[in-house]
Amino acid sequence: MTSAHARVIEARNITKRFGDFLAVDTISFDLLPGECLGLLGPNGAGKTSTIRMVYGFSPLTAGTLKIFGVDVSSGWRAVRFGIGVCQQDNNLDPDLTVLQNLEIFAGYFDIPRGAAREKADQLLRFMALDHRRNDMVSSLSGGMMRRMVLARALINDPQLLILDEPTTGLDPQSRHQVWEKLEKLRAQGLSILLTTHNMDEASRLCDRLIIMDHGKILVTGSPLELVREYAGNQVLEILEPADELRAFVRARELMHDNLDHRLIIYGGENDRLFESIGREYCGENCIRRMATLEDVFLRLTGRELRE
Amino acid sequence: MRIGRFDVSRRFIRVWHRNLIVYRKIWLVNFLTPLLEPLLYLAAFGIGLSALIGSVRVEGMELSYVVFITPSLLAITMMYNAFFENTYTSFVRMYYQKTFDAMLATPLSLDEVITGEIMWGATKSLIATVIMLSVVSAFGLVRYPEGLLVIPLSFLGGIAFGALGMVFTGVIPSIDMFNLPIFLFISPMFLFSGTFFPMEGLPVWAQKLALLFPLTHLVQATRWLCLGVFRVEILWGLAYLVACCLVFFPLALIVMKRRLIH
Repeated sequence: MTSAHARVIEARNITKRFGDFLAVDTISFDLLPGECLGLLGPNGAGKTSTIRMVYGFSPLTAGTLKIFGVDVSSGWRAVRFGIGVCQQDNNLDPDLTVLQNLEIFAGYFDIPRGAAREKADQLLRFMALDHRRNDMVSSLSGGMMRRMVLARALINDPQLLILDEPTTGLDPQSRHQVWEKLEKLRAQGLSILLTTHNMDEASRLCDRLIIMDHGKILVTGSPLELVREYAGNQVLEILEPADELRAFVRARELMHDNLDHRLIIYGGENDRLFESIGREYCGENCIRRMATLEDVFLRLTGRELRE
Repeated sequence: MRIGRFDVSRRFIRVWHRNLIVYRKIWLVNFLTPLLEPLLYLAAFGIGLSALIGSVRVEGMELSYVVFITPSLLAITMMYNAFFENTYTSFVRMYYQKTFDAMLATPLSLDEVITGEIMWGATKSLIATVIMLSVVSAFGLVRYPEGLLVIPLSFLGGIAFGALGMVFTGVIPSIDMFNLPIFLFISPMFLFSGTFFPMEGLPVWAQKLALLFPLTHLVQATRWLCLGVFRVEILWGLAYLVACCLVFFPLALIVMKRRLIH
């Protein structure tokens, strides 16, 4: 169970079924050492179900899943010694102080008391929570709680960090602070698996992304590759487009989305084309911008609400 | 270690220890109830009711009402401490605080988490019993050294009632619904287990029914130990409580797994 393994995660045709509902449908993927892999998808895409299988919480319905080369179904305990998990809820122990949260959690990993205190001190400094060490966790702000959950997930020096929506619900300042910490960890060579529906987070942190929907993998690639391939360089957004423009776009078979009050044209490899569209069809209702991961995401997973 | 379908190692002690640390934080408050409650009861029953009742005949022994009721209070304390710890308090940890979810991302199994919780419930039962025993002993209501055996008995009773509580925690949809098992099981036991009046006062069919209550056996065993009289009923009581543990404990593990592992 060392990082010498070629793959940190090796998932082959893993499936998770809840009664009639197929949450994860026969997906395969790898996570390489030192890599940050992001699972992207709308609510109910199967992201959380996937990572719960990875840390040995949910039994697999079918398929095989190896972490550090160990089968997670039979070797879940050994696997959990090597991973740190930030679950979606801030499930810190509200009955305990900041420091106690870390020390007691360390005990679950058989870390001796002295070593636990040392590690806890180090993590509290790293997460800038040192001054709150003796406070109850319920008195922490949302951003501090998240950093604290992250600190707790690192108490066992994991080789794999699993983050389920690490910055959901945080204000921009706190979010950036969490990203900064995660970037430092990544630079230290920690392997990371994260789920998110924050596109900035995915582009900023992840080496590689898997976009999922309805339990299946739609596409996988680096953030940049995905943007290039599925949204092009640039995007032209036209508010209340004229019917002629809609017809023009259809006739030229341009990559586009035709919405009620808005037309989005992807691909701007051909600058002239965008310029001529701009001249002929646009007044002030046109916006030309860089293509983003959000464009890719919406194109691939659709625009309907998931509730 | 795997025992059949269960995955329990000594790691459950970590969960137990977590609860101990939280308990110690407010130990004074936690100590106060078992310290003062017996005084309240003894005042009410010893001064108030005793005047009306005088003495009670139990299986050929003439006991003052206070002597009769003291072991009942001890047994009820054992039941309450374990049962309420593993219902309301465990439910809060499981459902609201998501403490179990966090533990299940570490090398702990769910069976160890639940075992740790039940053992903690039994420990609370033991602590409360020790405190209460010292209070009532100050009034000379317990015979020693036999009375000391009440302490291990409180741990056994604690496991039985804690595991029973944990079974309800595993199946109850919301915390308010604990009222139902309390009304259906705990209150009848509290009243009809030979606690406040001897079982002989009940019609024969009710006496037989009351023998099914684990509290009946806990009360009897506690009573004979407090009186320093060794009777075969003590052994029957112990056997019945062990049987309850053997049924409720695995059942608690099964229903909690069904509830939490998806």
